[in-house]
Amino acid sequence: MSTETRELTCIVCPVGCRLRAVLEDGQVVSVEGNTCKRGAQYALDELCAPKRTVTTTVRVVGGFLPLVPVRTAAPVPKERIAEVLEAARQVCLEAPVESGQIVIADVAGTGVDLIASRSMPVAASGQH
Amino acid sequence: MRKIECDVAVIGAGPAGLAAAARARERGAGRVLLMDRDRELGGILNQCIHNGFGLQLLSREMSGPEYAEYFINEAKKADVETMLNTMVLSIGADRRIHAINQYEGLMEIQPKAIVLAMGARERNRGGVVIPGARPAGVFTAGAAQRYINMEGYMPGRRVVVLGSGDIGLIMARRMTWEGAKVEAVLEILPFPSGLTRNIVQCLEDQGIPLYLGHTVIKIHGNERVEGVTVAKVGSDFRPIAGTEWDIQCDTLLLSVGLIPENELTLDAGGQLDPVTNGPVVDDEMCTSIPGVFACGNVVHIHDLVDNVTREAWAAGEGAARFVAGQQPSGHVIPTAAGEGIRYVVPQKVHAENLATRDVRLSMRVKAPAEWVRVEAVLGGEVVFSKAERVVRPAEMVSLTIPKGRVAPELIERVVSAVDGGADDDAAKLVVRIAKRESSSEGGIRA
Repeated sequence: MSTETRELTCIVCPVGCRLRAVLEDGQVVSVEGNTCKRGAQYALDELCAPKRTVTTTVRVVGGFLPLVPVRTAAPVPKERIAEVLEAARQVCLEAPVESGQIVIADVAGTGVDLIASRSMPVAASGQH
Repeated sequence: MRKIECDVAVIGAGPAGLAAAARARERGAGRVLLMDRDRELGGILNQCIHNGFGLQLLSREMSGPEYAEYFINEAKKADVETMLNTMVLSIGADRRIHAINQYEGLMEIQPKAIVLAMGARERNRGGVVIPGARPAGVFTAGAAQRYINMEGYMPGRRVVVLGSGDIGLIMARRMTWEGAKVEAVLEILPFPSGLTRNIVQCLEDQGIPLYLGHTVIKIHGNERVEGVTVAKVGSDFRPIAGTEWDIQCDTLLLSVGLIPENELTLDAGGQLDPVTNGPVVDDEMCTSIPGVFACGNVVHIHDLVDNVTREAWAAGEGAARFVAGQQPSGHVIPTAAGEGIRYVVPQKVHAENLATRDVRLSMRVKAPAEWVRVEAVLGGEVVFSKAERVVRPAEMVSLTIPKGRVAPELIERVVSAVDGGADDDAAKLVVRIAKRESSSEGGIRA
């Protein structure tokens, strides 16, 4: 049996408790340092299946900016972030773009869509 | 020269200006004109593509552009008139504005009330005085953010970030995600300047080291940044000899604070608070000039946009009341930062409002503290307080004194102390931090 201690900072609320979790064979067996229940749950999620919302940009042609910001519609597993970023790099949209529009459905097989996080109208003549 | 008359002119169309303009219209102001020097509405939110906006106010997690779009739509629904690519040059007597744009040339705008919402500027290299040559590759974090997120340029590949402000932390992650190597983040203070969630998700997640109590003492390179020398600092913030080492990098990002943008406020004759660097305001966000209101980062630097919007609503409402001739008359009571508090906004409160409305006070603490009570003390009496498990300088603290909470006799007593020329706590509304026993009251329980 392998025992491991991991330290992390809780970000559920501004207190920022320093948590110390003990894992046995990859399973969380105890959490210390939290001052509320949510802290223990945070440690469990963070150590077993950490997730993050990914925000980046994709290229767009015909808009008044060369980029449109995008984000995952929900948090995705942390270890998949690099794949999501890579998938976004391969995309080039055409203006107009609507905020909330799906840019890549089921991005990198995460089951989560990558969506535009702003609108980009067609550039008026005289704008680049 | 074109002459324009309106009820309310709002200068700056970021989150503060957008919400103030919409609220002024909703509260009965007629023509509301919202001006911005940029080519689009939304201000700096447009380059803040990360998420976390709107959690408090709208109970959902949005990106900056999404938050902006939400309030752009609110302004449109309220029939706010917008004027883009427009630079306000001056605010003169009787609130007369001179502005210029490429379509109209010079314009004279005569509003009944003004809302100042110009935001802030980033402190730059000159503001923190870093010796060395002047190579390319030194950027403020916000400038780099605009390049990467809006213009499509990558400022560098190997990065050191000076300052642990939120924009610097966000950019450390952003540049890592765009393929750069962020070598370190350095913070001269013994505690981080940014939000804890940003320390965790932007630095710890990416394995970027944060050196507290450290600073850059030299920038190397002639044409382009080639590296920096960093050193530990003492309690006097001066570098400690023998602790220095070099980090190779091609880019130095500065995230060393924001300064409220108050050229126009000064031009108009507004009084500034030396601590916030923003105008002195009352609880309706009116500056020292009648009819000139202010909100957002122009008043004091916020960490959450949600609080900017709240403040902007107060300013918009104040401006609409002023236009309608309903501004509170009579006495004002000065506020003051007491024990543990660096500043408090507003700097004065109308006695009338203290009796008839909720009054919100925003403040920053001087140093991190645990198990405290934030107290509002009027004329020496604690009139309202709340328990906090922890307070930090990076996170603004607010206290709302509920309507009807303060005894009318107490308000009267303080008003007569103010009238009598008293300058002690008997004539003030003081906010302060008090210690409390960790186990006895309030706080969060498991």
